Amino acid sequence: MEWFETWGLTLTVFLPLVGVVLLGLIPKENESALKTTGLVASIMTLVASLILIARFDFSSNTYNTYQFEVSETWIGAINANYHVGIDGISLPMLVLSTFVMVLAVIYSWNHWDEPKNPKAFLILMMILATGMNGTFVALDLVLFFLFFEIVLLPMYFMIGIWGDKTPRKVPGFAKEFETRLYAAIKFFLFTLFGSAFLLLGFLALYFESGKSQFGRTFDIPQLTELGASGAFSGNFAFLVFGGIFLGFAVKVPMFPFHTWLPDAHTAAPTVGSVLLAAILLKLGSYGFIRISLPILPEEAVSWAPFIAILAVIGIIYGSLACLAQSDMKRLIAFSSVGHMGFIMLGISTMTDIGINAAIIGMVAHGLITGLLFFIAGSMHHRYHTREMARLGGNIKLMPVMGGILAFTAMASLGLPGLAGFWGEFMSLVASFNPLPGLSLGVFRSAMVIGAIGTVLTAGYMLWMLQKVNLGEPGDEWEGKELHDVDRFELAAWVPLIVLIVVIGFFPKIIFNSTTDVVTSLVDMAFNPETTASISSQIGG
Amino acid sequence: MVFQIDYLALAPELIVVTTMIIVLTLDLILPRPKKYWTATVAVAGTALALVPLGFLVLENEVRSMFDGSYVVDEFALVLKGLFLVAAYIVFLMSHSYIESERYYQGEYYFLLLASLLGSLVMASSRDLIVLFIGIELVTGPLYMLSGWRKGDIKSNEASMKYFLLGILSTAILLYGMSFLYGLTGEITFAGLAEATAGMADEPALIMAVLLMIVGFAFKISAVPFHFWAPDTYEGAPTPITAYLSVNSKAAGFVAMLAVMYLALPGVAEVWAPALWLLAALSMTIANLTALRQTNIVRLLAYSSVAQAGFMLVPFAAAGVAGADLQEAFAATVIYLVIYAVMNLGAFAVVIAATRNGRSGELSAWSGLARVDPKLGVLVAVFFFSLAGIPPLAGWFAKFAMFRSVMIAGGAATVALAVIAAINAVIALYYYAKVVKSVWLDDPVAEFADDERPAGSLRLALGITVVLTVMIGFFPALATFAGEAARVIARGS
Repeated sequence: MEWFETWGLTLTVFLPLVGVVLLGLIPKENESALKTTGLVASIMTLVASLILIARFDFSSNTYNTYQFEVSETWIGAINANYHVGIDGISLPMLVLSTFVMVLAVIYSWNHWDEPKNPKAFLILMMILATGMNGTFVALDLVLFFLFFEIVLLPMYFMIGIWGDKTPRKVPGFAKEFETRLYAAIKFFLFTLFGSAFLLLGFLALYFESGKSQFGRTFDIPQLTELGASGAFSGNFAFLVFGGIFLGFAVKVPMFPFHTWLPDAHTAAPTVGSVLLAAILLKLGSYGFIRISLPILPEEAVSWAPFIAILAVIGIIYGSLACLAQSDMKRLIAFSSVGHMGFIMLGISTMTDIGINAAIIGMVAHGLITGLLFFIAGSMHHRYHTREMARLGGNIKLMPVMGGILAFTAMASLGLPGLAGFWGEFMSLVASFNPLPGLSLGVFRSAMVIGAIGTVLTAGYMLWMLQKVNLGEPGDEWEGKELHDVDRFELAAWVPLIVLIVVIGFFPKIIFNSTTDVVTSLVDMAFNPETTASISSQIGG
Repeated sequence: MVFQIDYLALAPELIVVTTMIIVLTLDLILPRPKKYWTATVAVAGTALALVPLGFLVLENEVRSMFDGSYVVDEFALVLKGLFLVAAYIVFLMSHSYIESERYYQGEYYFLLLASLLGSLVMASSRDLIVLFIGIELVTGPLYMLSGWRKGDIKSNEASMKYFLLGILSTAILLYGMSFLYGLTGEITFAGLAEATAGMADEPALIMAVLLMIVGFAFKISAVPFHFWAPDTYEGAPTPITAYLSVNSKAAGFVAMLAVMYLALPGVAEVWAPALWLLAALSMTIANLTALRQTNIVRLLAYSSVAQAGFMLVPFAAAGVAGADLQEAFAATVIYLVIYAVMNLGAFAVVIAATRNGRSGELSAWSGLARVDPKLGVLVAVFFFSLAGIPPLAGWFAKFAMFRSVMIAGGAATVALAVIAAINAVIALYYYAKVVKSVWLDDPVAEFADDERPAGSLRLALGITVVLTVMIGFFPALATFAGEAARVIARGS
């Protein structure tokens, strides 16, 4: 298995692309062969990532040292390399990505939104997988950018072709558009807008690094080293951070760049929403942790209160918006704005607790909101409506489905003992005690407002449960054949449920990977004298 | 003065001339049903011209002739390669198009080869006169070719507009050149560079530079000198439109690059702000106008104007900030190479999609992917590549452009970079509109799409799509062009 040391990450990233080629060769009519190929490709990717865990050395876990590292010349003229590697921060994200992808393929086995066409859909999913996995392992800014952008195309087509076909009015246009068309292009334009500035920021770093001992470089480890030694500062760093911030903030999304999200999530086909919520949003917050913080620590600190304020606005705004929804899927979509707010609040504290909170929050949000979107999709599949007013009494009609929905909603509102708890709780803890030097007033107010946000979160989740699950089923469903959860749904959901519980009780399985490396990241970037050791507080 | 003629260095040009003569002769003696042979000869001749080019590249030696007026160096070779390959693809695209419409095949290929010859000459030119002859040889035949669809009033309009504005721009360009000559008494680039150094305050020189920029701006259809482009593009036969938007535009660019960088580096403070303005205007106005287009060819016309704006960005940036001209030169040449590939692909798709009577209106393309998924994929690849979406080749063009801007630094350049970034987003909207129509909309009318495109067209599509995807993943394939450009910029 020595070869795995060098090929492991490349396999994890490019196996899905092999799947794309194979899928392309299989004729459209042969559906079972297509599905099997898709499944095999995604399972092999998952297996590769599990082997990565098995061979990962959790003991040597300091920031800016990477394992399974590969560095090959890629574009020699600009000194961009195929440099990949993982550490304790990217490992959970990578596995989350490969894991959710397998479940998405299983789920789609008998759930094809119109106009079906499994071949095209599976190809898009596999391209998406390459983009997502690649972003989590890339250690070169150009490579990172490439993977970060690859996900746009498949998602655009997923939303645009398989998305919601109900017409809607768009402000500024006389005629009505189908929701999918509006949502697809909105998603694309917003993200591209952000990434144009992201690219400018990356290029600025590249040129600024030319003054250092490394020469002009896109290499993330080298830039991190420069960042820690204070090479990027002043007005320059302020602008660069701003550009990069814009790119990631749109992707996360942070208030006020979030408006694409409810549209895209609501309009996307079920699997599209799941992947979007579970993984695509994480590319942005991961980018903050991997690039913004370590490379531009000084600026990160000066931007932190601003980020915290936006995060808190996102939490409150997202929750209030949820309470105003009548569409179940749209409610779940808005809840993502709130949850990502907690994640960004955690990051903005610039402490090890906060960043750990953000990482476990990302994993938990990926599992929980992914599952919620699965359920919303399946219910829409049966009721052909997402209007919560019409869905009442679901638990009587479909006990298992209703039960799982109740469980997931509880997890989402942050019930202790389930995965969602840790991220929210620890972000709030961290904002009580942010990095020394940050305004205590801002962060403690953020904590209080965030705590109110958790109440609101509980509020809208319970409200949704009440409307959807409880009460008497409407007359319109009488005599309709509404079958409960089928085996493909169970196969896709049970692993998620199990993980939500396991992480809820043993958050250590995530912290085990992240704690040391996050602590060393904080030490390296912000060098605080009084970094409280996280292990004493969470019992690791 | 002893003129030593280096036949190997001139071999590509000589092969093209020979091919022209053969085509013309064949056209005289062949009976009508056999005229397609002229196309075959033209394609073969173009391919053959690449062979000596290969030798010259391997040899990697600068060959200078006619007192340094005609130079075959790495930069010239890269551009000649670009022109030949692009022309080769245009010939492939023309084959079935011209044959099916019963046009005058022999003359068509003869004129197109003449234009190609002009671009080859221009790539090597190192003085104003050779440059002028080259650039006029490129455009002259195109005045006729754009009016090739005689029966169509639009084609007549295309030809007339192009001719009138082309002639006007030529006059202005020549006027500027005459000023330059009058001021310095030099025509070679090297001599001009020496003579104009430190003359930036001279009003006559400023006049000369601005006149020449206006002349070139017509050729590359930069805003506000772009008005001929949409009408000409729409009316001309589609392969000629492809040629106009790639070869002829690239030729204009190369001429401008050469004059500005090689002949007038000393007065960058004069031409750079003018180019800054042209770049900003071209990007913004063309992109905004393109948003409202409903005809694909017109849309591509505005897109090519906007792309010209993007190509001007590095120029302007480097000039304004007084930074590294090499980087800017390299970035523009990389952009040109990538743009050529993807734009030719886009036009090949247009020809393939309209072959069965489907019009060029966007509405007629609704649901095309449902009928012909392969063509649908090609539409997505080329239009998203033009928009600069990774992992398709276009991203690296944009990347190189932004890179050269950031290298220059300075407030004015960063402002230009921001304008370019916003324009990249606007551009995506209309490129995505085409893809949306093809993939996301329901089919409208019936078009019998069971007939496959002709073999030559499939080959053209194949070459361009492979290159677009390959360059996207391995941009190193395109950077060599930039390296070659860097070499020459350093030499001056």
